[in-house]
Amino acid sequence: MRTVVVVGASLAGLYAARELRAQGFDGRLVVIGAEPHAPYDRPPLSKGFLTGTADEEQLALADEEETAELAAEWLLGARAGALDARGRTIVLDDGRTVAGDGVVIATGAAARRLPGPPLAGVHTLRTLDDARALRAELARGPQRVVVIGGGFIGAETASSCVALGHDVTVVEAAPLPLTAQLGPEMASVCAGLHARGGAELLTGVGVAGLRGAAGRFVTGVELADGRLLPADVVVVGIGATPRTDWLAGSPLAVDDGVLCDDGCVTALPQVVAVGDVARAGGVRAEHWTSATEQPRTAVRNLLAGHTVETAHSLPYFWSDQYGSRIQFAGRRSDGDTVRIVEGSPDDLGGGPPTGPRGEGLLAVYERAGRTTAVLAIDRARPFMKVRRGLAADRAAELAAV
Amino acid sequence: MIPVCRLEDLPAGDSVRLDTTPPVAVFNADGELYAIDDTCSHQDASLSEGWLEGCLIECPLHAASFDLRTGRPTCLPARRPLRTHQVYVEDGVIHVLVASDAGAPGDGGAGAAEKGSAA
Repeated sequence: MRTVVVVGASLAGLYAARELRAQGFDGRLVVIGAEPHAPYDRPPLSKGFLTGTADEEQLALADEEETAELAAEWLLGARAGALDARGRTIVLDDGRTVAGDGVVIATGAAARRLPGPPLAGVHTLRTLDDARALRAELARGPQRVVVIGGGFIGAETASSCVALGHDVTVVEAAPLPLTAQLGPEMASVCAGLHARGGAELLTGVGVAGLRGAAGRFVTGVELADGRLLPADVVVVGIGATPRTDWLAGSPLAVDDGVLCDDGCVTALPQVVAVGDVARAGGVRAEHWTSATEQPRTAVRNLLAGHTVETAHSLPYFWSDQYGSRIQFAGRRSDGDTVRIVEGSPDDLGGGPPTGPRGEGLLAVYERAGRTTAVLAIDRARPFMKVRRGLAADRAAELAAV
Repeated sequence: MIPVCRLEDLPAGDSVRLDTTPPVAVFNADGELYAIDDTCSHQDASLSEGWLEGCLIECPLHAASFDLRTGRPTCLPARRPLRTHQVYVEDGVIHVLVASDAGAPGDGGAGAAEKGSAA
């Protein structure tokens, strides 16, 4: 393999480039990035970066020394527009083409938006440019902020806005946010963090539309039940869609992500997919850890020419809200029983941003006597122990197959 | 020098966090005492809550790992080293001498780890 093209210059793309070099690929390496920025870390965008405790330099994923060592050609600010029928040539939006004999697809996902004409004051939070724009607007003084969507991005953004002194309301269409991820019992506990932190949470009500004259500032959010929430700033946190539109017309199968096997290999052996855009073995995970772990397996298979290894990491994600750190690992399914093994939902601390820290809690999810997943709020140490146990169980299980 | 705790209150495999600015974590790694900046250099997480294995401490948030002897990261996602600090045991009490910022972190200069034996 003489040239490998990595399409996508975010976390998964950078890790793929690192793995290519670490696994001995010494040919031409081209990294294409739609954004003009060098690879940066997204998780702090809704937290430290928004509140001003982390600057852009701290977001950088690679320093100059490492970037030099990678010896890659960086095509930044260049969006991929198409992949040819043989899966070897990438056509950029500006008409340029990049040909390789190996391709890593790492184009990630794009923030979902609300329909309707664009209004000033309405934001999504996915990219550095998104975060810069929101940060600048929040710096104008106390405002009424409405966050649409109570998922992790919504909750973290709401928490940051409260910390900055804004009046914050979170609107969630489901009866409870995060139920799919955490199950109803623990989702309910986490929903309680909003009130403790000083944000209002409205659940079970959808958004009918935004108020404001086209091209002018948003003035409010109209709810499906007719209520009107006045707003100066609206943050739309309603999920992300995998960036696969550029693959239309290519031989690759796309269905909520690029379909690939357990080893991140697509229908074409010289094309692999990693990170948010990859639906590996039927699962698409928008997790930071998947984006950092999949590239190792994907690159091994790419260089081998076929699947010689499968990725089977244990799902893990975390979230920082209202001074509490939530960590979750494992594979929970509906009907699992939840047992709080340490701490209590009544002692989570939090409250105002400077409020006292509580004791937190540790909960395990169980099915048929076996632990399937673990959740911690401010209990990092025991969480880590259970998480490692789950990972070891999973490895043993796979080895036995 | 900052008194930490009595030696017998920090058994092997355990750690304690000092609320200094920045916070410092003291570890008993199989009988050897080490002190290192507590906050992971990748993202805000307390290494005193991490996973201790030999002389390596794994961050509880993103699994970055640091060598307690040098403060250097041994794997991604951390890239920057942490300061290490000298540990002394006097009259059965563990003390830490927090390194001045003058020493380059992890370069083995003024901030080099001085391990204290708990044996």
